[in-house]
Amino acid sequence: MAREPSLQIVTANDLLEGDVVFLTPDGAWRRAPEAAAIAETPEGAARLLAIATGHEGKVVGPYLAEVTLDAAGRPTPTHYRERIRLKGPTNRLDLGRQAERQSAP
Amino acid sequence: MYRYDEFDDRYVRARVAAFRDQVERRLSGALTEDEFKPLRLQNGLYLQLHAYMLRVAIPYGTLNSRQMRQLAMIAERWDKGYGHFTTRQNIQFNWPTLKDTPAILSALADVGMHAIQTSGNCIRNVTADHFAGAAADEIEDPRPTAELLRQWSSGHPEFAFLPRKFKIAVTGSPNDRAVTKAHDIGLRMVRDGDGAPGFEVIVGGGLGRTPMIGKVMRDYLPKADLLPYLEAILRVYNLHGRRDNKYKARIKILTHETGIDVLREQVEAEFRQLKAAGPDATTAVDAREIGRIEAYFRQSAFVKLPATDASFDRACETDAGFRAWVETNTAPHKQQGYRIVTISLKPIGAAPGDASADQMRAVAEIAAHYGLDEIRVSHEQNLVLPHIRLGDLATVFAALQKAGLGTANVGLASDIIACPGMDYCALATARSIPVAQDIARRFSDPVLAREIGKLQIKISGCINACGHHHVGHIGILGLEKAGVESYQITLGGDATETAEIGKRVGPGFAFEAVGPAIERLVQAYLALRASPDETFLAAYRRLGAEPFKQALYGGAGETPRAAPPPPAPVFDTYHY
Repeated sequence: MAREPSLQIVTANDLLEGDVVFLTPDGAWRRAPEAAAIAETPEGAARLLAIATGHEGKVVGPYLAEVTLDAAGRPTPTHYRERIRLKGPTNRLDLGRQAERQSAP
Repeated sequence: MYRYDEFDDRYVRARVAAFRDQVERRLSGALTEDEFKPLRLQNGLYLQLHAYMLRVAIPYGTLNSRQMRQLAMIAERWDKGYGHFTTRQNIQFNWPTLKDTPAILSALADVGMHAIQTSGNCIRNVTADHFAGAAADEIEDPRPTAELLRQWSSGHPEFAFLPRKFKIAVTGSPNDRAVTKAHDIGLRMVRDGDGAPGFEVIVGGGLGRTPMIGKVMRDYLPKADLLPYLEAILRVYNLHGRRDNKYKARIKILTHETGIDVLREQVEAEFRQLKAAGPDATTAVDAREIGRIEAYFRQSAFVKLPATDASFDRACETDAGFRAWVETNTAPHKQQGYRIVTISLKPIGAAPGDASADQMRAVAEIAAHYGLDEIRVSHEQNLVLPHIRLGDLATVFAALQKAGLGTANVGLASDIIACPGMDYCALATARSIPVAQDIARRFSDPVLAREIGKLQIKISGCINACGHHHVGHIGILGLEKAGVESYQITLGGDATETAEIGKRVGPGFAFEAVGPAIERLVQAYLALRASPDETFLAAYRRLGAEPFKQALYGGAGETPRAAPPPPAPVFDTYHY
């Protein structure tokens, strides 16, 4: 059976801070993955990556990451590397994005 | 210990200024990332999973209290309040920003430290026996040699772009605590027939994807010939080392493909040429310069002490916890009345090698008051106070306990080496730290841990083997298999003078299955050992892999398992 075409987003690290960031539909970079532009086709993914590689003054090392959508339509990385990258070290829940969620009101 | 002279200081500060300018040019767009990346790497700044990472050089793992306090300050001011001591005797900060890095490098320069040559295809930070200058079994202190190598290799223009990175380790003791046989060059101090100290030169060792034990290139090299001989090795490597394939570019591959005998002939020919050119044309070192360096390491602050101390004996009798700590975490000192203290950075459940800023300051205070102002970082990711008086040990233990650093597990099953793995590292294929934490918890009972005895478990989160898994009695290598973490187990590795590469025993284990597998292995060892004195490694060497394989994969009394159990989700998906 043919594999379902994967959904992809573009992620990178912020040049100044090093933070994990995501390319949004309006060509900005945000720390929240739910703001990411989602490519539904390989051509769309290539277009997003081409936009990202033009942002060398803002980010470092942009690349495509495969995602699925949760019930609310938010992208979730499929690979464990990307999930760790998104959340923070699994041995230190007080660090990374996961810490911000914990401390949020 | 060695102190930077004016040249060192000027050199390091010039590098800080250059990097500040490079950062500004990167931010202004004058430098592309492709242009900037090698420059930041030459200053120890990597990009990891979550953030930048700054790797700071700690030459031969030696620090004073002022430097340790500065590392604590950096951890608090520019990072997230902790640092990670590495298997290369360095420290890594996991969360610096690019804009802060020039200021961090400047703060390091204030205490004679830097991050130069902690990356790139150059001669990396020279490592040494962490008991150097203190060990009872030492022929001579290897630190003057390590310092000489530091000065020779720092900014060496001919060796700035080698085929691949190059690591040198030195020990002055017959008992190898510096893993010299797993380095590009390992130097082991030996004596010649007249008793003069020199070096056995070992070449072509290394771990990574092609692990190899180094081969002896010279049985005995006079100390005076050290730099010309190393220069000859590096020249031959620079010329013949492969540059077409980074995975075959280390000198271990050249040694393997060329053969040690042919390589030795090439090196000796180069060495003869260098020597024939005369002292002015080679890097042969003036005896006065050697004397100048050695003077920094001459330990004049030792006091003549009796071999025993009444307060120490009393504390051992009355405090079982102290006695246990003395047994595991201290070692004989060459000076009567002193002991070497190893501070475990492996409290049960903690990330191996991590220390908070408060802990760094506590260690600095103790070193300044009780330890002749010396601290070492071991490749086993612990800290060492090399010179503690017997009479001060109880006070030092109490201070360490107060700082959460009193764990009495050095050399035991929970004293695990683990690389940062996928919790931090961009190269990793699996996590290491949580595996180490799980195993350490399983062997946290001090009675059980002591019954098991000396056991080295080493974990790497990828094939690059920063966690030295190949030379662990039990080695664990984390890989990705079909989209999940999978861990291979190797047995029989040895990091000492009898070095061996461990052998893989079978299929990999899922993340959750690793801890139980290691427990089964250890239980099998306890059942199989000839006596309580037979270590895990000795039992493995006597019995071979088979009984341990049975324990891992099923044997008598157990249900054979054809494949590891399916992985349970290790963490849930990300939701907001």
